[in-house]
Amino acid sequence: MIPACRLADIPRGESYRLETDPPVAVFHTEDGEVYAIDDTCTHQDASLSDGWLEGCEVECPLHASKFNLRTGTVDAPPARLPVRTHQVLIEDGTVYVALSDAPPNLPPSCVAARLTAGGVA
Amino acid sequence: MKTVAVVGASLAGLFAARSLRKQGYDGRLVVIGEETQRPYDRPPLSKEFLTGKVDEDELALEADGEDLDAEWVLGTRAVGLETRERAIRLADDRAVHADGVVIATGAAARRLPGSDGLPGVHVLRTLDDARGLRDDLTRGGRLVVVGGGFVGAEVASTAAVMGLDVTFVVAGPTPLAGPLGPEMAAAVSELHADHGVRLVCGVGVRGVSGKGASPAVVLDDGRSLPADIVVVGIGANPCTDWLEGSGVALDNGGVRCGADGITSVPGVVAVGDCAAWYDPAFGTHRRVEHWTGAKERPAVAVAALLSGGTAPSGPPRPHYFWSDQYGVKIQVAGHAARADSVTVEDGSPADRSFLAVYRRAGEPVAVLGVDRTKLFTRWRRQLATAAAQGGTA
Repeated sequence: MIPACRLADIPRGESYRLETDPPVAVFHTEDGEVYAIDDTCTHQDASLSDGWLEGCEVECPLHASKFNLRTGTVDAPPARLPVRTHQVLIEDGTVYVALSDAPPNLPPSCVAARLTAGGVA
Repeated sequence: MKTVAVVGASLAGLFAARSLRKQGYDGRLVVIGEETQRPYDRPPLSKEFLTGKVDEDELALEADGEDLDAEWVLGTRAVGLETRERAIRLADDRAVHADGVVIATGAAARRLPGSDGLPGVHVLRTLDDARGLRDDLTRGGRLVVVGGGFVGAEVASTAAVMGLDVTFVVAGPTPLAGPLGPEMAAAVSELHADHGVRLVCGVGVRGVSGKGASPAVVLDDGRSLPADIVVVGIGANPCTDWLEGSGVALDNGGVRCGADGITSVPGVVAVGDCAAWYDPAFGTHRRVEHWTGAKERPAVAVAALLSGGTAPSGPPRPHYFWSDQYGVKIQVAGHAARADSVTVEDGSPADRSFLAVYRRAGEPVAVLGVDRTKLFTRWRRQLATAAAQGGTA
């Protein structure tokens, strides 16, 4: 479990970006639920925590792909692959995230950028 | 309704088919497409597809395993609509009978007269166009881009990053002057000079000459720009020729329809680039060739089709479009053309990272973000909220 932030730091309808590798987006919905998914859109390198949160969906801020926060599935293209979801625990006002051990679906541009930078994709 | 035909198999056509199923239509569904490909995403064709970063499989718009229980009639064009018999005539002499019709035939790239078939001269609209251009760009050389819209600006950007020698010819004062307004368009167009692209503005193009092995772009002032590759990005015309004589009313070439997509013929709706929807903000019918409109409007048009026009349609979200140039994210929501003022509210154009708000009589009507994604999303939401509350952004 990684401590992400204080719940009070994320008002409803807002998000928090956790600088893991790859980064994780924590969303606090208008209904008061808290979800964590991979922050990077699977279509192209965009930060979903900058996106448009509506109900239990986030719309990518760039190309309007929509992801379900509960399941990580794509609700609207152009993205085709789901984002990973991560388990969330809130204790004493702190949001903890347990990272998924599934491989992430990073966008091709992101993988390419890492390869050219000499990193490991 | 027993049969619905969706004429056009790109983004708007696919979303119409999806909306039909999502809204409970369980009858026969026929999707007719001129191209042989299943629905694919066009925005990458001027960007990552040209560099090779995105391949053809990654352009697919359908989800893996998605089954809309539709009959796909691909590789043949619709050539006529018989509204009395409710039949769509196809180029291969077949006919599709349908009670409901969704017109989603899109638009076709305009060409410069006399440039067809010249080696090295391209337009960019379809996957076929993009394959041909990608092959030429890979060989490198001198590229002249004609036309100051998104296709031109993005191809100039992509090719410059690929290392080509690029000249960008724009008839107006600056690229993107229409969608961004002249002031902000000038600020954004600095990106071209930053990356070594020669921008030639305020001069029209007389034509392309193809003498010898390589083409040359001939300008109105008599100058001739030699090139290895020419890309003509001078807009698109709606594909509505096939509706001639059908009784479906047109408006400046687009299919004239109400704010819910209903055309002049009952049981026929129009979506996407070919549709001239009534726009309450302007009080006129307008064609808006944006990706998000082609994606979002079909749900409204399908609801109107299935209900016979009685479904209530809420105010549409403000227009939204984006462009990626030189790795910079350019995003616009709303109607910059309606504004009487524009102010930079965050960042600085000199840093190529800023947010500008367009206002009309003091009320925000549009917002431009240049590498300001998070703040831009906030503004876009505010515009949507204002629109939902009866504003006109």
